[in-house]
Amino acid sequence: MSDNKQGTGIDRRGALECMIWAGTGVIWTLSGGVPKSSQLLGIGAAQATEKAVTGFSFLQISDSHVGFNKPANPDALGTLKEAIAKVNELSVKPAFMIHTGDITHLSKPGQFDDAERVIGEAGLDVHYVPGEHDIIDENDGQAYLERHGKNTKGTGWFAFDQGGVHFIGLVNVANLKSGGMGSLGDEQLAWLAGDLKGKPASTPIVVFAHIPLWTVYPEWGWGTEDSARALALLKRFGSVTVLNGHIHQLMQKVEGNVTFHTAMSTAFPQPAPGSAASPGPMLVPAEKLRTLLGVTSVSVRRGKQHLAITDTPLAAS
Amino acid sequence: MRNLTKTNRSRVWCLGLCLLVTTTALGVILTLPAVAAGTEVDIDNFAFTPKELTVKAGTTIVFRNRDDIPHSVVGGKGEFHSKALDTDDTFEFTFAKAGTYGYSCGLHPQMQGKIVVTP
Repeated sequence: MSDNKQGTGIDRRGALECMIWAGTGVIWTLSGGVPKSSQLLGIGAAQATEKAVTGFSFLQISDSHVGFNKPANPDALGTLKEAIAKVNELSVKPAFMIHTGDITHLSKPGQFDDAERVIGEAGLDVHYVPGEHDIIDENDGQAYLERHGKNTKGTGWFAFDQGGVHFIGLVNVANLKSGGMGSLGDEQLAWLAGDLKGKPASTPIVVFAHIPLWTVYPEWGWGTEDSARALALLKRFGSVTVLNGHIHQLMQKVEGNVTFHTAMSTAFPQPAPGSAASPGPMLVPAEKLRTLLGVTSVSVRRGKQHLAITDTPLAAS
Repeated sequence: MRNLTKTNRSRVWCLGLCLLVTTTALGVILTLPAVAAGTEVDIDNFAFTPKELTVKAGTTIVFRNRDDIPHSVVGGKGEFHSKALDTDDTFEFTFAKAGTYGYSCGLHPQMQGKIVVTP
């Protein structure tokens, strides 16, 4: 899709295709370079379309912070339930779900239990990577690994294949160094090199991790200090999609064949980089909260280089 | 302008005296936390305040999280390591030996502070 100047994975022609296939009513808008449909109904229709064309879709949820009850959102479990209800309304079931970390607020057993129960209501396989809030139990992440660490290496990284796409879940929240940002570490990078070895460059790659794998704002630690080493290993691949959370807001960047995207939180928004004294939870009027929380849907279409990424807020703005 | 009568004048004096006593008392009350603040580090807005603190050996420092997000306190050489501190949780550590102790937050390592301990 060389004519895709936005690099968002959905160009004008693609959008028109969607509209034709869905018949009527799918409204795609480009907001800050991020394609966004104004209603969930729209997404369902678009998903049906892409399914018909071939390919599949999967969902990303992030930063559910179960246990958070401060003024920025007194009921983070409640908004997670709303997000899962949105997922259950989709007319075409996604193939699976990924959770890009900060499942819980304080790594407490009850918070992990609540999260699992609510997310389980979607009836989908869920692939988790931890956020820094998920590994602050007394044993530095054991509680997380006992629940979500099956078939993972090290602090919880793993890879799997689905529909011809290679998925890689990375951990960049463990063993952080003073003064630094997120970190992958030598052991994980060596594993990644081995995992990618021998894979054809035409294999579409989806990498997901909690903290952004590009430097969004170092003053707030919004980046991964050794991500350049991971990206160097991915450079030869024709289509790389990097999905992150952590910053509780949408942000997208395209660099060569790599599309970086961050998801909304299901719990509370955070301020734009540098726009507040700190990156702490952003208090917004109650009626605005749900326009800043949401889930992300990613569609894989055979023959298309880029994946289509669609973000849906819990409520229309 | 009306002249003040004797009674009124003494009332003014009394009021002035009262104010003076109250202010002094308030002054004493207000200085108390200032003394305590010498051994306390606040965690607020993703920062340790004061960022650098000098104390005598044997002093116990209290770290208090005032943010809505958990933080921790981790010594640069592993000298101390708090659990994750939720809002209003505290962590105490007694600095027995003189030296310079750099520390950071285990969750947000860009948050850094320093305790200088004099003999």
